[in-house]
Amino acid sequence: MTAEIQPESNGMEKIGVYVCHCGSNIAGTVDVADVAKWAGKKLKGRGVVIARDYKFMCSSLGQELIEKDIKELGLTRVVVAACSPHLHEKTFRTASERAGLNPYLCELVSIREQVSWVHTDKVAATAKSKAVISGGVERVIHHEPLEPLHVPIHPATLVVGGGIAGIQSALELADAGYQVYLVEREPSIGGHMAQFDKTFPTLDCSACILTPKMVSVGMHPNIKLLSWSEVTKVDGYVGNFTVTIRKKARYVNEELCTGCAICQEKCPKKVIDTVFEAGLGYRKAVYTPFPQAVPKFPVVDRPNCTYFQKGTCKACEKFCPTGAIDFTQEDQYITVPVGNIILATGYDLFDARRISRYGYGRLANVFTSLEFERLSNAAGPTNGNIVLRDGVTVPKSVGIVHCVGSRDRNFNNYCSVICCMQGLKFAHLVRERTGATVYNFYIDMRTAFKGYDEFYQRFLEEGTLFVRGKVAEITDAARLPGEEGKLIVQVEDTLAGKQRRIPLDMVILSAGLEPRFDSKEVAKLFGISCSADGWFIEKHPKLDPVATMTEGVFIAGCVQGPKDIPASVAQGAAASARVLGRIQQGEIALEPVRASVDETKCSGCRICNNLCPFNAIIFHEDRMVTEINPALCQGCGTCVAACPAGAISGTGFSNEQILSQIEGLLLLNLEMEPVPA
Amino acid sequence: MSDIQTFEPVIIGFTCNWCSYRAADLAGTARIKYPPNVRLIRLMCSGRLDPTFVIKALSGGADGVLITGCHPGECHYIEQNYKALRRFLLLRRTLAQMGIEPGRIKLVWASAAEGVQLAAEITKMVEEIKALGPLNWPKWDNGHLDQTVVLQEEVKA
Repeated sequence: MTAEIQPESNGMEKIGVYVCHCGSNIAGTVDVADVAKWAGKKLKGRGVVIARDYKFMCSSLGQELIEKDIKELGLTRVVVAACSPHLHEKTFRTASERAGLNPYLCELVSIREQVSWVHTDKVAATAKSKAVISGGVERVIHHEPLEPLHVPIHPATLVVGGGIAGIQSALELADAGYQVYLVEREPSIGGHMAQFDKTFPTLDCSACILTPKMVSVGMHPNIKLLSWSEVTKVDGYVGNFTVTIRKKARYVNEELCTGCAICQEKCPKKVIDTVFEAGLGYRKAVYTPFPQAVPKFPVVDRPNCTYFQKGTCKACEKFCPTGAIDFTQEDQYITVPVGNIILATGYDLFDARRISRYGYGRLANVFTSLEFERLSNAAGPTNGNIVLRDGVTVPKSVGIVHCVGSRDRNFNNYCSVICCMQGLKFAHLVRERTGATVYNFYIDMRTAFKGYDEFYQRFLEEGTLFVRGKVAEITDAARLPGEEGKLIVQVEDTLAGKQRRIPLDMVILSAGLEPRFDSKEVAKLFGISCSADGWFIEKHPKLDPVATMTEGVFIAGCVQGPKDIPASVAQGAAASARVLGRIQQGEIALEPVRASVDETKCSGCRICNNLCPFNAIIFHEDRMVTEINPALCQGCGTCVAACPAGAISGTGFSNEQILSQIEGLLLLNLEMEPVPA
Repeated sequence: MSDIQTFEPVIIGFTCNWCSYRAADLAGTARIKYPPNVRLIRLMCSGRLDPTFVIKALSGGADGVLITGCHPGECHYIEQNYKALRRFLLLRRTLAQMGIEPGRIKLVWASAAEGVQLAAEITKMVEEIKALGPLNWPKWDNGHLDQTVVLQEEVKA
């Protein structure tokens, strides 16, 4: 494409410089007109033939301006000084391409994120902008026309996490006709939603809407469900991942098991279920977390199994009608090829013990929100009877404390999103089932989204009491008459403007959502980044919320940040839509940033040979030269920097480009002789 | 001495496309302020940092060089930031033997979420370089720029 545009007779590149105002975002701190004028005058000797400033370069008019100049002035290089290349590099490269210029001959330099938004001194910011543009001009002189790399996309997808977000993702992809591997760490899919009784704002039964979806996953011919499994290794890159999954030993042969649950009945060992029942109920040492579990196969809990610990028992084996119990089973490692990955690994509940003044773990009748979900669940340990820790007494007064561990600079600064609505739901359930007086202790009621505020208004009228204030302490130390044997909530009622002590029978702590305890390791495994809080970072918070910086890895649900069920489902579907787009295209265009060896310069010293973590560097013993496999090279450039002979070059980030950019940034180019192209 | 008081150093910063460049973007989006003395260059990885780039910057008039990369264990390319660390330590030693204060080159790890930390490191480094004063490398060789070329070659080898 570039062939049509010939450099002028003096052999110089013809460079266009475009300085964006970005409204007042850049123009407010940088004298853009002065910058453009300077570039046109001072960098003329380096090939700049036109320098313009414009209100919004990324607008269609701004882009047309560049396209027109490319066509009319025969520009061979374009430098746009605007926002970060991560935002609009593609926009301007596409504009250049439309005008017939190879897209890689256009360079975007950031004077917004890295100048106008971070500096206040207008003079200094203007001077820095000039230097940054000068660096871009010097760099772009050494750019070469490139073609993007086309990588085929394997049509199978890995979904990690079988909560509602992962379930939705898996079903969307499988229904579209593509293979899905759904990996779940626990014995059953369902996630947190399977533990809930009712869901806001419709108050429909959580199991009633979730279990049909779980069954669909279990039955779907395109979904390979790998429960009681974990991803241990991820190799490859977008389109072509190879994922190793550890299938933990179940000690149950899935081929033979019918899910009749006789083993669970006969197992003599009772274990407190700290996962599904949140510590309120029991399960056996061979168990499925709940009756509707998918898959239906139970798991033998090795640390608690009498046979594994003492060598005798085998009750489950004796009674199993199909002989499915197999104590000799071992962990299996399976490897699957996938083109894309969706991470939907969810959240952990904030550990309320960390706020000792709220007494959780010390005061019997202080419950967490998840414990209350199990307590109110008809399939839970109390059959849905809301009772105190003794298992019989019905509370007459209940307090719900919001923002436990959230919106608190001692723990988590963020809002956990779900707790206000959850608190309202709890209040309604308590009143409906026990007739108790219910207090909600809140900082602010946040009931955004469809139908949520109506839900709030409804329970305001229903008679739930609302106290605005952060609870200072929950204690059983009675001081006043009527406080004996009660939990006393000490709170500043900020609307009444006074301190209150409210004696209650039961307190529920709306514990916040936190990233999974191992989120950092998971992020590392899949090569993505965590925010300071530990949530996975999306590619763009508004415009690309389910993609990550790593091509081919998507995120959905609470792993990206606290959210409720509707939002998790939406993200699960959105991530699948992104993956489907990729699969349908069949291939993806990647930046052609790759290293290559000039064999005539390679001395065969082999210094680079051990540097590549992707094994892209091959050494030819016969010719004593090194070669780089472009299919494996990821373009980091470490070998380029290491080669003592300068035989390795990196497209897109060559030595000439970077050294010239340094010269440009230091304004050494102003005195330089013009270089012929 | 007035020279020192008004001295505004120039620092060239090398950033990794995946972490520190994004941290710089984040600092911008969050409107966190830092001094305008640093000019950033984007590399795909801190492993791409050829020591020649540092020498080039210092000999070309920069008073300091900031090298940034992903935290150990978080490299987008698995482990290339460790290679950057190795080169950095060797380079700092080499430069020290040539009389260049170790404080003029600095290695900072900054993840994509650490805009505040990166801005703080830049602010700190600008203060430190101000205290060190100008480098004025080109003047040392009495105009024989060839020497810097020789130096570049030596460091490279």
